[in-house]
Amino acid sequence: MSRPDRRPATAAGEDAARERRHVAVRGAVQGVGFRPFVYTLASELGLTGHVINTPEGVVAEVEGPRGAVASFCGRLVSEAPPLAVVESAEHHGVPTRGGTGFTIRSSEGGSGRTLVSPDVATCDDCLAELGDPRDRRYRHPFITCTHCGPRFTVVTGLPYDRARTTMARFPMCGACAHEYEDPADRRFHAQPIACHDCGPRLTLVRGAGDPGPLTGEDALAEARRLLADGAVVAVKGLGGHHLACDASDPAAVRALRKRKNRGDKPFAVMTGSFETVERLTHVGPRERELLLGRRRPVVLLRRRESSGPSPVAEAVAPGSPDLGVLMPYTPLHHLLLGLPGDPEGPPVLVMTSGNRSGEPIVTDDEEALTRLEGLADAWLTHDRPIHVPCDDSVVRVCDGEELPVRRSRGYAPFPVALPAPVEAALAVGGDLKNTFCVAEGRYAWLSAHVGDMDDLATLRAFETATGHLGELTAVAPRLLVADRHPGYRSGQWAHREAGPRPVRTVQHHHAHVASTMAEHGLDGSSPVIGIAFDGTGYGDDGAVWGGEVLLADYDGFRRFAHLAYVPLPGGDAAVRNPYRMALSHLRAAELPWAQDLPCTAACTPGERRLLARQLERNLNCVPTSSMGRLFDAVSSLAGVCHRVDYEAQAAMELENAALGHLGEAGADGGGGYRFPLRPARGTGAGLEADAGPVLAAAVEDLRSGAGAGTVAARFHLGVAALVREVCAAARQRTGLRTVALTGGVFCNAVLTSACADGLREDGFTVLRHRRVPPNDGGLALGQLMVGARAAAA
Amino acid sequence: MGHGGGGVLSAELVEHLFAPAFGSEVLAELGDSATVTLGGARLAFSTDSFVVRPLFFPGGSIGDLAVNGTVNDLAMVGARPAYLSCGFILEEGVELSVVGRVAEALGAAAKEAGVTVATGDTKVVDAGHGDGIFINTAGIGLIPEGVDIRPQRAAPGDVVIASGAIGVHGVAIMSVREGLEFGVEIESDTAALSGLVESMLGATRDLHVLRDPTRGGVATTLNEIASASGVGIRVNERNLPVPDAVANACAFLGLDPLYVANEGKLIAFVPPEHADAVLAAMRAHPHGKEAVAIGTCTTEHPGMVVADTGLGGSRVVDVPLGEQLPRIC
Ligand SMILES: [Fe+3]
Ligand SMILES: [Mg+2]
Ligand SMILES: [Zn+2]
Ligand SMILES: [Zn+2]
Repeated sequence: MSRPDRRPATAAGEDAARERRHVAVRGAVQGVGFRPFVYTLASELGLTGHVINTPEGVVAEVEGPRGAVASFCGRLVSEAPPLAVVESAEHHGVPTRGGTGFTIRSSEGGSGRTLVSPDVATCDDCLAELGDPRDRRYRHPFITCTHCGPRFTVVTGLPYDRARTTMARFPMCGACAHEYEDPADRRFHAQPIACHDCGPRLTLVRGAGDPGPLTGEDALAEARRLLADGAVVAVKGLGGHHLACDASDPAAVRALRKRKNRGDKPFAVMTGSFETVERLTHVGPRERELLLGRRRPVVLLRRRESSGPSPVAEAVAPGSPDLGVLMPYTPLHHLLLGLPGDPEGPPVLVMTSGNRSGEPIVTDDEEALTRLEGLADAWLTHDRPIHVPCDDSVVRVCDGEELPVRRSRGYAPFPVALPAPVEAALAVGGDLKNTFCVAEGRYAWLSAHVGDMDDLATLRAFETATGHLGELTAVAPRLLVADRHPGYRSGQWAHREAGPRPVRTVQHHHAHVASTMAEHGLDGSSPVIGIAFDGTGYGDDGAVWGGEVLLADYDGFRRFAHLAYVPLPGGDAAVRNPYRMALSHLRAAELPWAQDLPCTAACTPGERRLLARQLERNLNCVPTSSMGRLFDAVSSLAGVCHRVDYEAQAAMELENAALGHLGEAGADGGGGYRFPLRPARGTGAGLEADAGPVLAAAVEDLRSGAGAGTVAARFHLGVAALVREVCAAARQRTGLRTVALTGGVFCNAVLTSACADGLREDGFTVLRHRRVPPNDGGLALGQLMVGARAAAA
Repeated sequence: MGHGGGGVLSAELVEHLFAPAFGSEVLAELGDSATVTLGGARLAFSTDSFVVRPLFFPGGSIGDLAVNGTVNDLAMVGARPAYLSCGFILEEGVELSVVGRVAEALGAAAKEAGVTVATGDTKVVDAGHGDGIFINTAGIGLIPEGVDIRPQRAAPGDVVIASGAIGVHGVAIMSVREGLEFGVEIESDTAALSGLVESMLGATRDLHVLRDPTRGGVATTLNEIASASGVGIRVNERNLPVPDAVANACAFLGLDPLYVANEGKLIAFVPPEHADAVLAAMRAHPHGKEAVAIGTCTTEHPGMVVADTGLGGSRVVDVPLGEQLPRIC
């Protein structure tokens, strides 16, 4: 100490050695056991005072010896509970008050901001109690504590207190109330606390001829029996209903597929056994963490070659190299899959979101019965309402890093810290895989997955969700940001809702690039080379863009290069039928539609005549530079996929085909196909990449007997080489050396990995998505940075 | 091109350019026909110009269209068409025999529709300044007592009826113009609908809305009615009378039959208590044999048109934007 303490050593001096400090903690600190943590910490340090949830966050006053108070202030941040995100902890001195003990006060109302935690998977302690016959919550389907359980999906308002959750309708019994009020208990102020006596109840409703609903253990037992018998059971979960069936039962899986009108799109599966996951798929350490962690997304895993009978029937994910796996994340899931000693049931369940194709996930009980009628044979439901829908998140791991495909349950509404402040704004996202984003200052809250905006139910879900997230974050948007596509319903909604507030529009691929920059914390002071490859985005020239190289910062972009335009014959018809894209690309490359090519054989002579005429007359043919469509074209050309049942199917199957051929297609096999770069023709961009020679080389390979795998591999390597070449050209002209890889095409792990490796070898810094999806599910974040930051400037 | 397509751009031209410039309250109502009072009589008054290519197509010609288009505009407010005017704009060099065939077709169509061509005009423009033949027609007709048919009258509960197959005319025109062969001959079905409307009025005078879903197709018509009346319109996609040939052609070209132009068809909004009687009257008339209820009006989603896809889904049907851009990513 540099200055001697001159205060007299009197009784008053002893008081002076004490202090009282007011501490305000902001961030995601409610519903994560923060107040109990504060209490425990204060008690340990012998401090008196109180803690309270306020709309601004957790506020504490602590009093005691100076050293202990200082220690409290430090450890408050460094030892915060695992689920908490401390945004700031400010403290200042207040007059001492004396007193004994430490209290947690009931919450204060009023407006303000605080953050709600995402829903959290059942913790180990709760799981142990769930299976312990001596515990009073033995087999209780709603067991939870301050470390786990529902959060986002049950909160109806703030501050987060039981009265403002969907648990408000369940008055606590004496025993639960005791735990709730006991600072030493793991359930101290656990808002969703419940037990057999006072908590929600399971009910099983069966279809036609139901002899009457079963409840509790009977409901569970019958649901398990039905599943074992091959039935489809709708299961009410955290953020919506699932449709479940025995994954090993081909008939059950096929029935579900048919009822859901699902085509060939793979189903996700749930199993409680990590060994089973390892037996079915290749699981790396990062994947293991994701599978067993508290967020519990669906993890896309490469399947192992199966030998012998599998608990996963072929119909679950026909033709897919990946299997989407998730581990149980609610007590009900654990019970459904069976605790030790339960009668044996299916070890692996198909768990697909309970909705009809294209509609949002069903949350409401009534709706579940009506909208899922004909889809489910029985409904395993309960009386705790779901306040907001929240689909399962989907991730894959690429080069050991998390690559989000859908960011929803377990992630939303966790904020994303922004590299630069923004005005209070709402970015409405895109029309497919919609998510939106509200933000103010340095925080952005991305919504859960909403869905495809063609559907009225999705539009409504979007409206409700914007209201809910706005309420939870207390952001009152002063401006709205939307895509430039004039037909996007999200954009039309923004224009309708804006009133006097401005609506900014952001070009689709610019938003993709900005989204990558934002999640990597770039402040925008220097532009990046943005590689935005996707299926479709409205271009500033009215064409359909999607193979874009943009030199971009948040303020604007220059179109440095793009794939050369080819016609997209018949819009959505071309998207659904990749052979049309193959033929369009062949025609653009002046290659004949030879009968020996798989894409030619895939359509009838009559259809070919019509298509030729349509292309010739330019009838409903929008020009496109889409990379996604080029993947489709090559997929069909190589005979891999001619018609798609779900988005990106042809590209995913092409990626699958390339696996195992990448080495052989490398240097020895002639390497990747080459895309010549030439000055762009009439698009105002710098360069364009010509796919013609790629098509020609692929045709030649096919004619000389190369398999689809070789063509697929050489194509992937070719696209990666194009990315390297175009980045080198951009660096040469601009000196830029940071590359952002974005757009739905970069859900492709083979391509992402090849691009990143090559670029790093060339000395580039490579940014790829780790927090928000590269596809349109991540669009809103980029829109926000471009639209709301530009407005602030 | 976009400004004539019957979509958002056309509506903008009328709403923001013509209506304010003309300062006319009648035009501001934006119906296909104006309702005016003259000497105590309620008249419907309408004009339309025809710039169709090709001039002759399977099932008709520009001459038929020029009569039927205006006659139908009058019929859509419940009027009985009486007199037409007819202006020809000919491009220099167009063959006289072609003009003759068009004029004959026009005369025959007028006779069929029961209207008299009372006055006319011809202009010739330099070669390259026209496209063979343009025709403008205007018409007047008398609106019967007690009839009040306009888009604003659509009310919750109304049954939406289509008089027959949709999408046929647009696909027929396209197949000829673009030289597309869909395997089956698709014939346009241009027709005067005044007779059909008269039969419908025989069932009840309380028809709420009538519209011929020409440019922009059924989707545009329904959206106009939804926004004019503030009701929501729910269409059952499975009930839409789309012939297989039209459906296949549309699927192939990447078009939605709901947006394809029609001729000789009407959409009616009828109070539910009269729906059966009106349907029966329509089916008894040659132009309404295939009449079918395609949807209803609701208080849900006001101003919006929604199609039930038949799989439990409900797709929002909005106004086309010139061209149909893909939305799929
Ligand atoms: Fe995109
Ligand atoms: Mg007209
Ligand atoms: Zn727990
Ligand atoms: Zn209890």
